[in-house]
Amino acid sequence: MTDATHTPSDGPMLTADGIPLKKSLQIALRRQKLRALVLIAPLLLFVLISFIAPIADMLFRSVENDIVSQTLPRTVIALQDWDYDDGKAAAPEKEVFAALYVDLSEAEEFKTHTRLGSRLNYETTGMSSLLRKTGRGLRRMGTSIYTEQFEALDPKWVEPAVWVVLMEQPGVATALPETASAWDSWKRIVANKGDLLAEEQPDDFIYTTLYRDLANQPATAIAAYTGAEAGLLMAADSAVDGFETVSLKDQFIKMDEDWASPQVWGTVKAFSSPYTAGYFLASVDLKQTPAGIEQQPENQKVYMLLFGRTMFMSVVIMGSCILLGYPIAYLLSNLPLRTSNLLLILVLLPFWTSLLVRTSAWKVLLQQQGVINDILVWLGLVSDGDRLVMINNQFGTIVAMTHILLPFMILPLYSVMKTIPQTYVRAAKSLGATDWTAFWRVYFPQSVPGIGAGSILVFILSIGYYITPELVGGTTGTFISNRIAYHISSSLNWGLAAALGTILLAVVLLLYWVYDRIVGIDNVSLG
Amino acid sequence: MVSTNTDEGFVVFDGVQKSYDGENLVVKDLNLSIARGEFLTMLGPSGSGKTTCLMMLAGFETATNGAIRLDGKEINNIPPHKRGIGMVFQNYALFPHMTVAENLSFPLEVRKMGKAERETKVQRALDMVQMGDFGGRRPAQLSGGQQQRIALARALVFEAELVLMDEPLGALDKQLREHMQFEIKHISDKLGITVVYVTHDQTEALTMSDRVAVFEDGRIQQLAPPDELYEQPQNSFVAQFIGENNTLMGKVEKMDKDSAVVRLDNGDLIDTVPVNVSNVGDRTLVSIRPERVEFNRERLLPDAHTLKAEVLEFIYMGDIYRTRLRVAGKDDFIVKTRNAPDQRRLKPGEMIEIGWRPQDCRALDA
Repeated sequence: MTDATHTPSDGPMLTADGIPLKKSLQIALRRQKLRALVLIAPLLLFVLISFIAPIADMLFRSVENDIVSQTLPRTVIALQDWDYDDGKAAAPEKEVFAALYVDLSEAEEFKTHTRLGSRLNYETTGMSSLLRKTGRGLRRMGTSIYTEQFEALDPKWVEPAVWVVLMEQPGVATALPETASAWDSWKRIVANKGDLLAEEQPDDFIYTTLYRDLANQPATAIAAYTGAEAGLLMAADSAVDGFETVSLKDQFIKMDEDWASPQVWGTVKAFSSPYTAGYFLASVDLKQTPAGIEQQPENQKVYMLLFGRTMFMSVVIMGSCILLGYPIAYLLSNLPLRTSNLLLILVLLPFWTSLLVRTSAWKVLLQQQGVINDILVWLGLVSDGDRLVMINNQFGTIVAMTHILLPFMILPLYSVMKTIPQTYVRAAKSLGATDWTAFWRVYFPQSVPGIGAGSILVFILSIGYYITPELVGGTTGTFISNRIAYHISSSLNWGLAAALGTILLAVVLLLYWVYDRIVGIDNVSLG
Repeated sequence: MVSTNTDEGFVVFDGVQKSYDGENLVVKDLNLSIARGEFLTMLGPSGSGKTTCLMMLAGFETATNGAIRLDGKEINNIPPHKRGIGMVFQNYALFPHMTVAENLSFPLEVRKMGKAERETKVQRALDMVQMGDFGGRRPAQLSGGQQQRIALARALVFEAELVLMDEPLGALDKQLREHMQFEIKHISDKLGITVVYVTHDQTEALTMSDRVAVFEDGRIQQLAPPDELYEQPQNSFVAQFIGENNTLMGKVEKMDKDSAVVRLDNGDLIDTVPVNVSNVGDRTLVSIRPERVEFNRERLLPDAHTLKAEVLEFIYMGDIYRTRLRVAGKDDFIVKTRNAPDQRRLKPGEMIEIGWRPQDCRALDA
């Protein structure tokens, strides 16, 4: 074999040096690839930061739900054994209320209980005010009696330094689990206030958990602790049985009787996991209740209606754009370049005008005292009494959006038609086809990629359009995007907005896939 | 000026004029009669009006004035799809979204032909251009030459008697083009169809045609069979447009009925045939083909005029030698000689004497 490359009968192709050809090629191309990567790096970064990351964040927000488990970590764990039982269950045991007391004590310092309240209020009304009210009432729970009794037992219990020493001992978490957990919260609270741990007398909730630990833990567990201040602890352990007590459960229910309602606890439990399908369910007019997934009440079902309307109107807008845009694009592509360039500028002219101005112009034209109605009345086609309602409804949205999106249909159509040589139609005619047959059998099929590109463009733009439906849509002509905007800027329910957005994205991708299956995506051309 | 003469040609242009802007005529008074079964080529540089004539015949352009008749019937106002004229376009114009068979079937479908009959005809047409197995392909999957064959088959499948071809081989490479020239010629001969062929390639025109119409400036400059066109050009445009050609400027010195002596601008005398010069003293452009120039004194007539020439360049081209000379002060005078065993190779710098037979040198309009 005289060739520079030789192929062993079994094995990869080798170069003259005996290096596998594939590897050699890779080395040769590496520099090129690196260069290409460096060149696209700025764009890649930009796309990652400004496009991929926000979308990923949105997708994540639509299922994210860690606010319950973060704000009420102990309560969520304590609630695990409690069963909603279709609303027939009684309020949970006092352990749950004790956990809630500690959780809320920390949450109150960080004001996270109000955020939790807003979040749970999406699911069950009244949760927000319940939590605010409870946050304000935590000071009046009557738990100071524990502090006073411990102080009476031994004044060392109100010395912060003693607490610091005690709680830093190894083994204390085993002897006093609840207290140790509450101590962590206390440390965060003190740090948040900017104070020193060794100078601050612990809050009442620490004494409450200490009492609960000493009362609940078996004596052996306390005796097993041998670290510093073990004697102090032992003395307290033997004394707590005589302590005066206060029922946290009663205190909570006294503050607001909703705390006795299984509905409230069911809601907390149902949304205690860090991820939830609740936003998605809400997006399709379902809701997650403590009892499972249910239909939204009839008067609150809006999203499916809005999705359906968005689809329907986008299809109508796309259809009108095809009907209006096709003849114009055809004309443009068959005119001499000078004329067609001039006309193309007219097509693009709307782009140079503010969207708001154009939309407002439609308001002026279409409103009941507007130009079109005035002309119709003047012509006598419509009586002054019943002027046509053409704005603040679906008709207004369709007209205004067709006008705004028309260039997006014309431009791809034009650029595709521009590439169809006149000779095809001539050939068809010379072969005996009439004008119509030549158009329909020869010209039109070749312009389909342009229709496809324009339709995808118009449909996807219109499905997410916001400003025009907002301005001219009234109540019957608004899109799902208006609802998303409402949740983002007014109701601040970003999770629901994200879920709606995600569904919209999924629908677009699905339609794109369907289009690919029916027409073929390689049949889309921008010219 | 409507003629009712029935034994005139199959295709007749009768005083046809065409203007696009109402100010300039693109076609100026075209009179042309094409016989049934004839292969006629319209040859000319771009902008000479040849394609416009073809488009008027096909019906895509309307004649501004005059009549076009097909088989004795005036067709000026008949739309293209009712003319029944087959046409092959420059870039084939095969419909890209249809298969080859669908392309061929299209003219039959619009004529409402039955499916079975269509299939037979399509297959027959494909076989005729030796593309029988390609019916299921898309045009984009074919090479240029194959597309050309399909375009030809499509123009023939509905049995048109007249087929128009607008530079159909322009996009092919040289070898394929030469091959297709013969093939088109053979098919048209076999089917007995009338072909009007437009090209700017003179070799193509000479090889294929029964008659060639040389267009320039909206007029037919000469209409003649290929050999006559090449050997007896009627004016200086045709002489220079067809084939390679040496030109010399001079004044008619002496003139008979079929011979004239021309004094060149440097004072030398040469023998010519007067073609369109009429008087002694007329300025004339003398045309002589490079292969008709002779430098062997013994092959010339004894009393022939000769010119002194200096060899400037010798180019070996395989089948021929091409020698560039300085003659009468012009240094682009070409001589072509056949590469034969006894042929002499001239050397640059050599001084020789050249001459020719008087009938090969034509005195044309200046």
